[in-house]
Amino acid sequence: MSAEFIILAIITIVGLTTPILLAGIGELVVEKAGVLNLGVEGMMLMGAISGFAVTVMTFNPWVGILGAAAGGAAASMLFAVFVLQLNSNQVATGLALTIFGPGLSSLLGVGFTGRIVMPFGSLFPASLAKDPIWQLFFGYSPIVYFALIMVPLTAWFLKSTRAGLILRAVGENDLSAHSIGYSVRKVRYGAIAFGGAMAGIGGAYFSMVITPMWAEEMTAGRGWIALALVVFAGWRMGRLLIGAYFFGILMALELYAKAAGFSFLPSQFWAAMPYVMTVVALTFISARGTAGSNAPACLGKPFLPST
Amino acid sequence: MEDSLTPRLELNGITKRFPGVLANDHVSFSVRPGEIHALLGENGAGKSTLVKMIYGIMQPDAGEIRWNGQRITVANPKAARKLGIGMVFQHFSLFEAMTVLENIALGMDASIAARDLEAKILAVMGQYGLKLEPHRIVSTLSVGERQRIEIVRALLLNPNLLIMDEPTSVLTPQEVEQLFVVLRQLASEGCSILYISHKLHEIKALCDSATILRGGKLVDTCDPSVETSRSMAEKMIGGNLKEIQRKPGRVFGAEKLVARGLSVPKDGPFGTALRDIGFSVRAGEIFGIAGVAGNGQNALMMALSGEVPVQDHGAITVSGAEIGRLSAKARRLVGMASVPEERNGHAAVPDFSLADNAILTGRDRMGMVRGGMINAQAARTYAGEVIEVFAVKATGPGAFAESLSGGNLQKFIMGREILQKPDVLVVSQPTWGVDAGAAAAIHQALVDLAAQGSAIVVISQDLDELLSLCDTLAVINEGRLSPAMAVADARIEEIGLLMGGIHGSEPVGENTHAH
Repeated sequence: MSAEFIILAIITIVGLTTPILLAGIGELVVEKAGVLNLGVEGMMLMGAISGFAVTVMTFNPWVGILGAAAGGAAASMLFAVFVLQLNSNQVATGLALTIFGPGLSSLLGVGFTGRIVMPFGSLFPASLAKDPIWQLFFGYSPIVYFALIMVPLTAWFLKSTRAGLILRAVGENDLSAHSIGYSVRKVRYGAIAFGGAMAGIGGAYFSMVITPMWAEEMTAGRGWIALALVVFAGWRMGRLLIGAYFFGILMALELYAKAAGFSFLPSQFWAAMPYVMTVVALTFISARGTAGSNAPACLGKPFLPST
Repeated sequence: MEDSLTPRLELNGITKRFPGVLANDHVSFSVRPGEIHALLGENGAGKSTLVKMIYGIMQPDAGEIRWNGQRITVANPKAARKLGIGMVFQHFSLFEAMTVLENIALGMDASIAARDLEAKILAVMGQYGLKLEPHRIVSTLSVGERQRIEIVRALLLNPNLLIMDEPTSVLTPQEVEQLFVVLRQLASEGCSILYISHKLHEIKALCDSATILRGGKLVDTCDPSVETSRSMAEKMIGGNLKEIQRKPGRVFGAEKLVARGLSVPKDGPFGTALRDIGFSVRAGEIFGIAGVAGNGQNALMMALSGEVPVQDHGAITVSGAEIGRLSAKARRLVGMASVPEERNGHAAVPDFSLADNAILTGRDRMGMVRGGMINAQAARTYAGEVIEVFAVKATGPGAFAESLSGGNLQKFIMGREILQKPDVLVVSQPTWGVDAGAAAAIHQALVDLAAQGSAIVVISQDLDELLSLCDTLAVINEGRLSPAMAVADARIEEIGLLMGGIHGSEPVGENTHAH
């Protein structure tokens, strides 16, 4: 195996990992606040079309990224109103968002099919990324660096800031947080909006960086992997990063297996690998009995104060 | 210091209405600086609602709250803490997966650096002799330690009024004494204390005055030192208190339920393993298992009821027959019934009718299922019988379980098992959160069942309940059961020490008293 091949493989893995990492960071924060939003796939697609459309209209991918975050957050707010204000079932509402998101994004995307967008300029001087080795560090889209910075930043926010402490408290015991005097709903609105924005940026990575063009349902189920990733990570930010790259490698295997023409296993087998591994990992973790201990205690439960 | 003639807190005509209930009906009383004031009443009398309004969790519909003479509105708990009102909740408002320090930080309104907060906590703990490790995770702490977190959290705000909502319901007698020392010290420093409880001997021992609520209305404000426990109890329930009626000169029959070498491994990271538990219950005997919550009561209940069958088939026997590996259903067929602690969702299905709930445990013994088909009429008849015999307040067998109050549902569940005349009945927390009237009825029903020759096991954290109800008593601590002792000879300080286990606190000697 040549060095070029390895470098190329790593760049592919980073590209495949970034969207699920972004969406996973967002979902981890949402779940830490005690809300299970299964609509990640829908929010990613809303982000993908919003980011793409805004970039087409403004010719500025940076504004486009803000549009993607806003699109994902807007979709998540729809979920939030149902779940927080009307106390609807979180699983059902999240699934509704998964169905609604692709539909609405397709509708919004009608005029944008076949268009292409301005790519991001490189963050670093082009000369830095010329050498293949340097390319490994400096050759990515700004979104990749953003995702990597958000990992320690979000971990620090959750662990060491007062706002993060309150967010975890709300997810751990909403009624207690309420009785101490924190606004459970406000905290959860904030967390859900953050989750939506991160999923939106993750989705925009497909439409603005990978392809870069708009196609219906282009996230292809990656939202589900992001959801599994959060459980896989045991709600820990460090493990989320490791898990995201683990899944990234599995997804890359599918591509390379196809390219290399491995015929002893059908390509569907490789495509199914991330999902199979999710099941295996979850079984392994729950068999050890440690998965539940770090899960937010109020995850998925409606907040029903007595007042 | 404020003028000591001005009440610290004064309530005038506080009224709060919930759909269908008047929770507080023109309640008025006042608390002086440095006074320990009891708020007394049965479950549902409106105590919790009242203090929630003082603490700003709810708003009154009518009436005024005065603080040091000034009329105020307490918009939210933050506003209450700003005024100097602290509260220790009955169901602790703690976050299990977080550290002591994080829990206390959440109760502070200003952001304080963790190191400064830790220093402050250590200072307060030193001042009041409260021991806590700031970096422990709450889920690993005992109930008494958890309560200390709440108290430290409240004390850090230098409160002028501390509200304690049923603080002793889960403490050992020694922990109760330690708590009283802290509360008396606080009161002597000028802090007013509003102490909610229905334990009358505690109120007599601790409080300067008592306000009694019944059905949301103020019944009386009295001086506990001149009242008797009985006179206060009668004001509380608005009638004569029924003592448990026992036939004199009872003799126990043969051994019915025997556990020998019963060991169960730990279930999950926060579970407790059972280690070599042994006891026997004879026909006609009521056997009590005391202990502080989380010492293996759940695992023991699961093993006895058959919800989690035991590996060692011979570890549990009923009338000599080994039943360790039998399921709950199979155990019911050999005459063993059980009532778990949690009414809603465990002992009863909340959105099932009472008749359907009767089928759940009575289907085989009461002939409600024939050839796989439910005999609905038999179920309705049986549920109706339970409702009648146990004076359950419900619209009929068709009423949903969730529509009943806690006490009435508990009476129904107990009645459902008792009328099946089991040879062995195992119950956990039979009167948890149940008002005194219903509790007395449940206790009497258990005594009557025992008198008919059944063997009964009562697992409870309420030591008073066990002492008045049981013939024999053992204490569970960290999954081990103490030798059984006859209740008539049991000394309360000895039981308290057993409850505290090897980590137990020092005996308090003369302060400890039988009730």
